[in-house]
Amino acid sequence: MTGASVIGLIAFVAALSLLAWPLGGYLARVFDGTTRARRVLGPLERALYRVGGVDRDEDMPWHRYATAVVVFNLAGVVVVYLLQRLQGSLPGNPNDLPAVAPPVAWNTAVSFVTNTNWQAYGGETTMSHLVAALALTVQNFVSAATGIAVLVALVRGFSRAEASGVGNFWVDLTRATLYVLVPMAIVMALVLVWQGVPQTGAGHVDVAALDGGGHGQLAVGPVASQVAIKQLGTNGGGYFNANSAHPFENPTPLTNFLECVAILLIPAALCLAFGRMVGRRRQGVAFLVTMWLLFVPFAAVTIHQELAATPAIAAIDDDGAVAIDARAGNLEGKEQRFTAAEAGLWAGATTAASNGSVNAMHDSYQPLSGAATIALMGLGEVAFGGVGSGLYGLLLFAIVAVFLSGLMIGRTPELMGKKIEAHEMKLASLGVLVPAVALLVGVALACSTSQATTLGNGGAHGFTEMLYAMTSAANNNGSAFGGLTASGPFWATTQGVLMWIGRFGVLLPVLGLAGALARKKRVPVTAGTLPTDSPLFVAFLVATVLLVGALTLVPALALGPIAEAL
Amino acid sequence: MRTLRPALILLALFTLVCGVLYPLAVTAAARLAWPRQAAGSVVRVDGRPVGSALIGQAFTDPGYLWGRPSATGYDARTSAGTNLGPRDPRLVAALRDRARALAATAPGRAVPIELITASGSGLDPHVSPAAARFQIDRVAAARGVAPAVVAAIVDAAIEPPTLGVLGAARVNVLAVNLALDRQLGRPRAVQ
Repeated sequence: MTGASVIGLIAFVAALSLLAWPLGGYLARVFDGTTRARRVLGPLERALYRVGGVDRDEDMPWHRYATAVVVFNLAGVVVVYLLQRLQGSLPGNPNDLPAVAPPVAWNTAVSFVTNTNWQAYGGETTMSHLVAALALTVQNFVSAATGIAVLVALVRGFSRAEASGVGNFWVDLTRATLYVLVPMAIVMALVLVWQGVPQTGAGHVDVAALDGGGHGQLAVGPVASQVAIKQLGTNGGGYFNANSAHPFENPTPLTNFLECVAILLIPAALCLAFGRMVGRRRQGVAFLVTMWLLFVPFAAVTIHQELAATPAIAAIDDDGAVAIDARAGNLEGKEQRFTAAEAGLWAGATTAASNGSVNAMHDSYQPLSGAATIALMGLGEVAFGGVGSGLYGLLLFAIVAVFLSGLMIGRTPELMGKKIEAHEMKLASLGVLVPAVALLVGVALACSTSQATTLGNGGAHGFTEMLYAMTSAANNNGSAFGGLTASGPFWATTQGVLMWIGRFGVLLPVLGLAGALARKKRVPVTAGTLPTDSPLFVAFLVATVLLVGALTLVPALALGPIAEAL
Repeated sequence: MRTLRPALILLALFTLVCGVLYPLAVTAAARLAWPRQAAGSVVRVDGRPVGSALIGQAFTDPGYLWGRPSATGYDARTSAGTNLGPRDPRLVAALRDRARALAATAPGRAVPIELITASGSGLDPHVSPAAARFQIDRVAAARGVAPAVVAAIVDAAIEPPTLGVLGAARVNVLAVNLALDRQLGRPRAVQ
């Protein structure tokens, strides 16, 4: 790493932590119902409850909360699927795009509802404006809001004692959308337009090229509004196929910085909001530090790798016929306006968070960058992770960690005043293991049914493409090695199943846990209590996450990126 | 039913708020505040649209500055990179061919890597200042002017990193070529 890129990484961490602090306070007030923003948005919020027939005072037991989550998300899948299938006969389709094929429509429906936003389709050539707005943009908001709501339910498991309810899903969902995601997205979208991101109802602009005068068309549309929420809501599904590498999605170095900060902002702020809501601010900081400790080393690897010259350049230099100035690093698949270090940092951020947007093509990254990004996803998306889902995932690991440390020192495991017993351990283990098992089974399935023809590359790199795709789906990340053709029936269908398992296989145990914890008495703090906000516990938690991740991924990584790098 | 009704109605209401009102509000505000950017930063010459300031175009005439290789041939209806892995023989062969072709246009100079590697979008509007300077002699020769004339136009178009730290220094290829045409007329082959 160069000196400038080290300073850049430190500045990024500092800027993000500073922004997360006030946002964390605001989030806590939103879910306590004490924010002053209620004076402005309160009437709209109450109107939604009235029309929807929501009793906002109902305190749901965990299973009713879970039913509401599942029904709401199933309804989302059906609507997104139908809108895509009927696209050809619906208005708002200025470029006359036909109906989306069933496997791709299924994949996309699950993908956007589960906050994965894997794109088995090419954005500007598949989805009409209407489908992009009514199906995809809406799910960008509500899938993120679902993640936040489930986290807030888990918070109540810790903050309440001897209670039967974990809150009201409709209220949490509505507040996360109205008070958090919509206002932030409006501000972000307008900044993006100012910097050059299009926002228009028009489809194409006809132009005559300067050299040769050939007829050309520029694809435009309501881009800024989608890009803003796909960055903030850890969605990642771009308006254009090239995502945030496209100059219309990410036109300047300033938009690049803001979009990269936006990837991690809400997940970071939720750590601090968590601390405030459970009345243990130090605990919130400890979780944020845990996430940074997991993120920074992997991001440093991608930055360092992308700044180096690639094997391909070395091969050309060797034959001596042509001199190449490769000081800018690995620029294959990267844009000139961003440095290779910025592309490396983005790759770290987008895979640490379950965002999946890209500002350069990951397939053309160096082998060890590929390993680092797969590792960040395969750790279970808990270093930032998805909006809400990242922190509830980390809390599952925290339960495993207090259990392990309890075994070591011979004490009853406790986390934030709640005794952790066999039932909680079972649920936490389930939530930790489901995505890991799903991704390994997925890769095995792809290998054993010889999907080689769908790969963009052969050999070890081809295996990495499959590993990346399944890791991305099972952990609801959504980023891709673009070389793999994911629109065929095998990939579109299995990945849809994996995304659903990866989302609800974690979310449901988390809600079960929230219910079980809320019912428990609060254990008083004694001299025998293991503090869970100390540097020692943070280190132990980091080690737990890395250990589970290593047990899952090391054999697969050895066959793919590591074999390729050797 | 107790769950289905709020689920369907709230989904419909959020569709209205997030899928209709939100993009419409942003579109209206964008058109009011920044109409040029909102429409795609279209560049016009004598009233005719010739492209977008943000989207690269294919330039092959030796009298124009050339942009980076593109996996899509600069078709602005779509966007993609090559997605070739860093050791892929097809990538090595493509890089070698491009490097040789470019080296022949500027003997004795190292070829900047950004001129032989394809961009992520296939629509990269920029090259680095080094990649622009690499082409000055060729452009000047094709247009029959002194290299210093072209160099002045290129230097005026260099955009430094934002705030000195964000992004890379760059030159907008379309902007330079429009400036060349304005000052020197269109290259002979294109007329």
